[in-house]
Amino acid sequence: MIEVRGLSKHYGERVAVDDLTFTIKPGTVTGFLGPNGAGKSTTMRLILGLDRPTGGIATVNGKQYRDLVAPLHEVGALLEARAVHTGRSGYNHLLALAQTHGIPRSRVAEVIELVGLESVARKRVGGFSLGMGQRLGVAAALLGEPATVVLDEPANGLDPEGIRWIRNLLKGLAAEGRTVFLSSHLMSEMEQTADHLIVIGRGRLIADTDVASFVARASSGAPVRVRSPQLPALAAAVKTAGGTSESLEDGALQVYGLTSEQVGEIAAAQQLVLHELTPVQVSLEDAFMDITKESVEYQHSETSPTDVAMPVSAGSAANGGDS
Amino acid sequence: MSATTAPTLPGRADRSHERVTLPRVIRSEWTKLWTLRSTRWSLALAFLAQAGLGPLIALIEMARWSHLTLQDRLTINPIDHSLGGWHLAQLAVAILGVMTITGEYHTGMIRSSMMAAPKRLPVLWAKLIVFSVVVLVLMLVAAFIGFLGGQAIFTQHHVNVALSAPRALRTIFGAALFTTVTGALCIALGTIVRRTAGGIALFVGVFFVLPGLIEILPSTTANAIHPYLPNNAGGTIAQALADPFTFSAWGGFALFCGYTVAVIAIAAVLLLRRDA
Repeated sequence: MIEVRGLSKHYGERVAVDDLTFTIKPGTVTGFLGPNGAGKSTTMRLILGLDRPTGGIATVNGKQYRDLVAPLHEVGALLEARAVHTGRSGYNHLLALAQTHGIPRSRVAEVIELVGLESVARKRVGGFSLGMGQRLGVAAALLGEPATVVLDEPANGLDPEGIRWIRNLLKGLAAEGRTVFLSSHLMSEMEQTADHLIVIGRGRLIADTDVASFVARASSGAPVRVRSPQLPALAAAVKTAGGTSESLEDGALQVYGLTSEQVGEIAAAQQLVLHELTPVQVSLEDAFMDITKESVEYQHSETSPTDVAMPVSAGSAANGGDS
Repeated sequence: MSATTAPTLPGRADRSHERVTLPRVIRSEWTKLWTLRSTRWSLALAFLAQAGLGPLIALIEMARWSHLTLQDRLTINPIDHSLGGWHLAQLAVAILGVMTITGEYHTGMIRSSMMAAPKRLPVLWAKLIVFSVVVLVLMLVAAFIGFLGGQAIFTQHHVNVALSAPRALRTIFGAALFTTVTGALCIALGTIVRRTAGGIALFVGVFFVLPGLIEILPSTTANAIHPYLPNNAGGTIAQALADPFTFSAWGGFALFCGYTVAVIAIAAVLLLRRDA
């Protein structure tokens, strides 16, 4: 259980994290999404006690990280930035961390095997590839068998094989019932692994929801595709109902501003025949791009918090307007 | 709350006895110290300097005995000449002291250290304790070797002194203690500056540049400031024959320890307050 209440972090004039409040429930995989520079890493550093918040509080299992008597048992962390001395071997790095908690050497050997670093564990970390470095970071995070794992952009810079390894690892951690808090600026991985999403932009909370609702929310402004032998009549009826439409090359009509239910009811009222009525699916990635658009585009404007918090409303999704 | 909300994972061993304690952080720092190549080289260099430089000087003096003037022969100081290696040992230990902490900042290791021991201060105390004990033991052994080796060579022309000679033991222990406390001071400097180059520059500036600058001042002012400079205050205990403008051996060393404690206190406060 990670609880964040009114968390803020200012670096001089720059506001990196702005009054964030959310809860990571036990046993869930929660994706932490936001464009680069949204404040994801800073938030994680605040949770892990590395940075001191300007305001608010972050707790792990009810305590601030600094007050945990055995932090490696409570939460394991893989930071985006390097956190290993390059002159030391992977084994000795893990051993030194294990010794702070009295974790036995047998557990060090166990995590090395778990991440598949047996052959290079006695070599200096300075010679490790990026993928090997990530594996060592994961080994360190799992050293104390924590029920909660925090990972900051674990797939960043990895080759396809490394990404697949991370994906399988995340699935494994989730299957074991661990709480996983995972940040990313890419959606594709989240769609497969996350149950819940926390989306931030410019340090502020944009969404705190499950994956399905997040997609649905973004889909509320998405178009509806219809085919009908009476298209001109249907287009006119849509216009009367306040929607807009455009003809597609394949002969279908794309309707904006109305839901599929509304389009169906209009057709029924006008006794028009429909051959197809399809709400256009929005992928998680589209939803994310759409919802965070403003926090990327208007980084230097004086957008009020409500505009950022509720960027998706019917009719605005198509053009991204910020009325 | 944690007991009820955190899911119990299948096959998870009881690890309730595994928690962070100072002795465990000390063990961890012990491992960290000995698992870096740079540490082993620096400590080996410091040991060789403290143990070998004195006898080397003695060898040169004895070999050139027939060329020495009466004045030179009379001013041979068998204690200080056999222990003079601390000047080089101190430099090696100081640089290593700075790097013990700045190496962690440079590589990002500090974040792992702080996440494993989030109260932070135990990490600083453990580094100070491990480093000081290791350096003190090594330098004591090296100083005895240097002294005894030097005296064995000085017997050639009977200018040697015994271990029981006035100030002999005090200077042996003094050389080791001064180097050790310098190392502790440099760990604190490194914690404050967080950069290897900056930490070493600060050490060199305070220990070697500042004395030179003070000498430019009018002699009365220079003489008044002179004993308070860290290297002069601390150096009194490492020399049998100190120059006249300094404190007593233990008085000067006490002042040097006071400086060190003050710098450590600043380092501790900054370590707690700053973002890692």
